[in-house]
Amino acid sequence: MTDAALPPAGAASAVRTAAERRLRKRHAAERRFKAYGLAAIVIALTFLVILVGRLGMQGYHAFWTHSVTMPVYVDAARVDRTDLAGANYDMMIAEQLLARLGAENDELGENAMKAKDLISPDMGYQVLERLRADPSLIGRTVSVTAPVAGNADLYFKGELGRDIAEDDRRLDDQQFDWLDRLKADGLVRGHFNSGLFTRSDSTQPELAGLLGAIVGSALMVIVTALIAVPMGVGAAVYLEMFAPKNRWTGLIEVNINNLAAVPSIVYGLLGLAVFINWLGFPRSAPITGGVVLALMALPTIIIATRSALKAVPPSITDGALAVGASKTQAVFHHVLPLAMPGIMTGTIISLAHAIGETAPLLMIGMVSFVPGVPEGFTSAATVLPVEIFIWENASERSFHEKTAAAILVLLGFMIVMNAAAIVLRRRFERRW
Amino acid sequence: METTLLPPTPVSAPLAPVGGSKISARNVSVFYGPKQALFGVNLEVPDNAVTALIGPSGCGKSTFLRCMNRMNDTIPGARVEGEIVIDGDNVNDRRIDPVLLRARVGMVFQKPNPFPKSIFENVAYGARIHGLATSKSEMEGLVENALKRAGLWGEVADRLHQPGTGLSGGQQQRLVIARAIAVEPEVILMDEPCSALDPIATAKIEDLMDELRQQFCIVIVTHSMAQAARVSQRTAFFHMGRLVEDGPTEEIFTNPRDTRTHDYITGRIG
Repeated sequence: MTDAALPPAGAASAVRTAAERRLRKRHAAERRFKAYGLAAIVIALTFLVILVGRLGMQGYHAFWTHSVTMPVYVDAARVDRTDLAGANYDMMIAEQLLARLGAENDELGENAMKAKDLISPDMGYQVLERLRADPSLIGRTVSVTAPVAGNADLYFKGELGRDIAEDDRRLDDQQFDWLDRLKADGLVRGHFNSGLFTRSDSTQPELAGLLGAIVGSALMVIVTALIAVPMGVGAAVYLEMFAPKNRWTGLIEVNINNLAAVPSIVYGLLGLAVFINWLGFPRSAPITGGVVLALMALPTIIIATRSALKAVPPSITDGALAVGASKTQAVFHHVLPLAMPGIMTGTIISLAHAIGETAPLLMIGMVSFVPGVPEGFTSAATVLPVEIFIWENASERSFHEKTAAAILVLLGFMIVMNAAAIVLRRRFERRW
Repeated sequence: METTLLPPTPVSAPLAPVGGSKISARNVSVFYGPKQALFGVNLEVPDNAVTALIGPSGCGKSTFLRCMNRMNDTIPGARVEGEIVIDGDNVNDRRIDPVLLRARVGMVFQKPNPFPKSIFENVAYGARIHGLATSKSEMEGLVENALKRAGLWGEVADRLHQPGTGLSGGQQQRLVIARAIAVEPEVILMDEPCSALDPIATAKIEDLMDELRQQFCIVIVTHSMAQAARVSQRTAFFHMGRLVEDGPTEEIFTNPRDTRTHDYITGRIG
């Protein structure tokens, strides 16, 4: 449309300019709104990148570690055949290491103590295990590979160096020299830290792993899922499809929505008071944690399931009823399968939340040092988020880098679960 | 303009004689909570005929239709009074199981609502839950028969295992009719079955109704007076929750007794 085509009359052009102004205003409003949305996404993504990036920067070191391999002479004079566990293997190894490094031990054995600080006590345990399996090794030399001590590992990774004042670090310059010597001799090897996934928590940072926490988390989420999913879906199906709509069901609905907003630590208190003190559940066990988290996940699952059921068109139910299906048949043959993708997405996301939950578990005593892999649902266990909490509170610097690694593993857990939610939704989604 | 009534000429001449009374409604009133939707309706519905329920929106015709298979049970707060007797059984009797009733009284809805399953499963579903077929081959025969009677077999025979929702609107509606037929009902209720369809699909459904009335008692709710005139043998006119008058379709359209009927079919109210 050109100006020439329009009547030149003053009144008409006034109307036109007013209309143009409104149009411009509307377009500006639309552009502004899009810009807000874009800005929100950019800000959110930036934070996400910073978070994951920082964790990655801190944590990737923890996936790499160093081991030392050295021949150990099992001195018959120091090892009593009848009391294998009674020998001080650590000191025996430290003295041999010292000799190997060409350093003298002093009268007080301080140098040997310093040498001992470089290697994980795991080497001593390994020698003991070998002797237990084959006592004839006494008096012979065995080759043992063990992680270097946490601080030595930090030195090899360049996180602990001479730039820090000698008094402020756990290793002195002489120990650094010894480590350099070991490395130059080719005894030290860097490798992927598989111990992070094959060992459980330990007081020694170089020996601490996540296996116990991963198994604990898995056991706990199994308990949570077994309780929360059938109960939540059942409650939602009843409330949505069968329950009469009256004051009582209204009250229940309001309360479920409120429960979803209750702070998680309150569920921990409930677990402590009801399950542990009253019903006598074991403390710090996956079953107790799982039950508490199930209570916490329940409202979310109910709400997600109800909205998924609501989204199924009532014409489907009508169609089933009209051919003589009972209400139960209509629900279980038609409505529930159609609501399945939504139910599963809601369920898995609420379970993923439960896995990452820490506060209620602290209340039921899960914040304890558990060095082994939990044997079952009732044995003491630790879980990933609590492990993160414990390691973060540790004084050893090596634990801090492990904290970041544990967070990455937990995030990996979440990503796997959310991916499973997406895959399941795709699979069950009817594309017709 | 003087009353030019809609042509009462049916699409085809009545093939079968209208049967005896199949459904008798006696003093049926329906309440939705405190609101009364239907006031003491008395109506005889003949077998082997299409009975059309017409009337302006909100007049209670769909409500009355839903009384016949107790679909009003599914609406919270709905209450039905009076008797609807189908072959001697009062459907409102406590002893009547609505699930079994609905197997005898099938229903087709305004919007085609096939299940999001295959064409085969759509038709087989009702027969399966009622245990009408004992073997796979018997079920296949039953599905084929129902689809043939619904005039859909030729169009879907080679894609029985494709989703029913992938069919066109008119085909979906015939699929839903096949689904209803497969349960071997006696009565088929249709609630504005063509209002979501184009004229060609509508014509097909109307032809189908004419064929189906040989075997079934059909009750149809329609907004289209032309459709009522074309497909039905009897027409009942509802207004404000009351049955104003009913009778042979020809009579209702050419010689209505009540002025309200006259006004409605000539387009003065509606």
